[in-house]
Amino acid sequence: MLYAILSTFLVAAIAPAVHRLTGRASGWVLGLLPAALFVYFLSFLPAVSSGESIVLAWPWLPGLDIQLSFLVDGLSLLFALLISGIGFFIVTYAGRYLEGDRDLGRFYVIILAFMGSMLGLVLADNLVAMFVFWELTSITSYLLIGYNHENADARKYALQGLFVTVGGGLALLAGIIMLAMAGGSWELSEILNNGDVVREHALYLPLLMLILLGAFTKSAQVPFHFWLPRAMAAPTPVSAYLHSATMVKAGVYLLARLNPSLGGTDIWFTTLALFGAVTMFTGVFLAFRSTGVKKVLAYSTVMALGTLTMLIGIGTETALMAAMAFLLAHSLYKGALFMVAGILDHEAGAKDFLQTGGLRSALPVTAAFAILAALSLGGVIPLFGFVAKELMLEAVLDAPSLGGILALLAVLTAILGVAVAAIVGIRPWFGPKVETPKTPHHDAPVAMLAGPAVLASLGLIFGLGPGLADEGLINAAAASVQGAPVDGYLALWHGVNWPLAISAFSLVAGGVLYWRWEQARRALAWVDRAAEYGPEKGYFKMMDGLVALSEWQTRVLQNGYLRYYVIVIVAMTAGLVGVTAQLFGVGVGGLDWAALQIHEVAILAILVASMLFAVLTRSRLGAVAALGSLGFTVALVYVLYSAADVGITQVLVETLTVILLVLVLFRLPGFLNLSSTALRVRDAGIALVMGGMITLLILSTLDARLFPSISQYFIDESVPSGYGRNIVNVVLVDFRALDTLGEIFVLALAAIGVYAMLRFRAEDRR
Amino acid sequence: MNMHSLILRTAGHFLLPLLLLFSVFLLLRGHDEPGGGFIGGLVAAAAIVLYLFSMDIQSARKVLRVDPRDVLGVGMVLAVISAIPGVFRGEAFFTAQWWEFTAPLFGEMKLSTVLIFDIGVYLVVIGSVLTIMLNLAEAED
Repeated sequence: MLYAILSTFLVAAIAPAVHRLTGRASGWVLGLLPAALFVYFLSFLPAVSSGESIVLAWPWLPGLDIQLSFLVDGLSLLFALLISGIGFFIVTYAGRYLEGDRDLGRFYVIILAFMGSMLGLVLADNLVAMFVFWELTSITSYLLIGYNHENADARKYALQGLFVTVGGGLALLAGIIMLAMAGGSWELSEILNNGDVVREHALYLPLLMLILLGAFTKSAQVPFHFWLPRAMAAPTPVSAYLHSATMVKAGVYLLARLNPSLGGTDIWFTTLALFGAVTMFTGVFLAFRSTGVKKVLAYSTVMALGTLTMLIGIGTETALMAAMAFLLAHSLYKGALFMVAGILDHEAGAKDFLQTGGLRSALPVTAAFAILAALSLGGVIPLFGFVAKELMLEAVLDAPSLGGILALLAVLTAILGVAVAAIVGIRPWFGPKVETPKTPHHDAPVAMLAGPAVLASLGLIFGLGPGLADEGLINAAAASVQGAPVDGYLALWHGVNWPLAISAFSLVAGGVLYWRWEQARRALAWVDRAAEYGPEKGYFKMMDGLVALSEWQTRVLQNGYLRYYVIVIVAMTAGLVGVTAQLFGVGVGGLDWAALQIHEVAILAILVASMLFAVLTRSRLGAVAALGSLGFTVALVYVLYSAADVGITQVLVETLTVILLVLVLFRLPGFLNLSSTALRVRDAGIALVMGGMITLLILSTLDARLFPSISQYFIDESVPSGYGRNIVNVVLVDFRALDTLGEIFVLALAAIGVYAMLRFRAEDRR
Repeated sequence: MNMHSLILRTAGHFLLPLLLLFSVFLLLRGHDEPGGGFIGGLVAAAAIVLYLFSMDIQSARKVLRVDPRDVLGVGMVLAVISAIPGVFRGEAFFTAQWWEFTAPLFGEMKLSTVLIFDIGVYLVVIGSVLTIMLNLAEAED
């Protein structure tokens, strides 16, 4: 399992080389990987469909009790099969669709890495691993959406998708940490059996909200639905993959996965059912009034995601069966339709349904499979979409509460869904021939037809024999979402009942709507104006606000004046230390003045005198010399208290500092003006506060001893385990070598920084 | 930069080898007596800076023979390498490894990753200080 997922990343790494070697055939060659993975996952099928769930674990961070573990059960296997199976068609399809594109090698890298992340996400048993893969899918999909990176829109909308999903990812991170606290484990397989504990936990509500935020942003639920149609800036194979099997389903997967441990409460039901139903209707409504090929499909994906969320929210056995069946049906027909959209673009140059018509004679095979997939989308008997839709309607009609509003939205969605299916399945192929931007000379190549053909046919096969899908996997998947075995089954014919009546009615009503499509769109033109005030407006407002805020804080904090930086740093430190000391009530003990010796007083006097001179002098050289004398006096203090090494270091550093300052002094212009009295008083005040704070802190450490000092350990262990009598050195290079390594890194960085600054300035002047 | 001071130039000539030798001495005895890579590195750097002041930049660079940035890089690499042998013996990263052996002329010797690390520190300190100093001095011209 580990190797299965790693292999995607490894192959991704060598994909450009493979592409160079195999040229035109690269899609087929690289497609071998997802095909092999599909077969590998298929080998789990017998065990999983008999109700087993398999956990495979590797130690990962043993110190933190985190292991890399994978969970194979009905739900994750369903997803894994979809991801690898559709992945195969996408990779081969892309090999032809993007043929000749100079970045095709890069495309393979990202799409394979994305596939690996997605597989990791759905198979992970460990929450940390799951989150890592979750974020990886966000990042790789950002790269995929922005694939045409020379196009400003592609960049902008890639970034939009990234911000929305990664923003949700942050909420999710907080959510899963709380979930691990509440469930008492980082392993999903354990948390899922602890549902009652999690639901009773005080953190239940906040963790639920955070996890839902993560899932809703990823799965484009209202009000975050806007990023998904925008992500259509991606090349079509990406859209087909992201919107059929993967990325957007990740949120739905998370909800389904956590249903046994989080679901079943009122708040779960209300939130998911309402948001899902509203998203479902919004999606199909916006799909109906769009004309862009990919836009219509993208909005209908929003509809599907809403439906899935709603069904998981309803949470009855029928609803969960319906959710899994709908998930499979949607992946099949949506994958096929997006690939068809790519063919339309590739062969006929058409990106808008209004540019198409009567293409069935030019693209006969494409048309046949497009119509088959569209029938499944519309939920027409005998396709698998019909089976799923019947179950969905049944689940909605039997919903424990909110029945009225859910049923209303579901019926409206069914009607509009039929109309959308008609737009996709009838508009481009029938009717009078419309002049397309490119005249198709031949039907699409095999590599591009294989996907739509197989996926659309599967929709028909599963429709005619629903038992095949049911006993194979849907039943097991629904059981893992429910957390208990399910008794329900899928059937094509449920007898004459309410869902059938609604289906029949929606076919007629949807047909009428399609017939009146032009008028309906004109009547709905006001939506465009209303949409300007929609959530996307909020997103752009927020982004503008962020930019404004960072500009403001850069102006304030990064103003380029060293003195202000120093003031901010010093004042912040003093303030934070002061407040903390106040909060924890740090006390200062008395001092034994009698123990003061005459040479100590002398050293103190030299210190104070050099300091006063440094502050008061008007000569830079004088100030530098005074600071030097201050440093040497401090070295004297070290020597007095027998810290020879520290003393030597101090003397050497002091020497070099003075030399350094002298070198710099040559380069400084003379003083233009001296600071005013007010400014000097302010600076003196800040300096005094900081100095006072440090003094108090040191005095308080004399009294407070919370832990036994570690020095004795170093003294004892220096010779036996460090083989050295110079304890300071043994600590530096042996006991605390990692600290020293960090310090020399800092030193090296500082040197490189100075070098860079000097060099760049010199070049600027040239 | 040249200060044209005969005393300084003469002293610089004599002091440079002495100070460099002293810095190596400090580095090697550092494990038992005051000294070590950091102090040794500072002394060596100070020696070359003194030479820089008494002569000029070209001669200072010539004395060094290599670019101080390379010294810095080699030092960093040595310091990191010294952390690795422990891992191969199944111990934690940075665990010190010691080898004792008897060599002709020197008698009993102890070598260790700690020494390699200290040499790394020594070189990083020399490299950093001289990168800064030489470039500042150069920028003046």
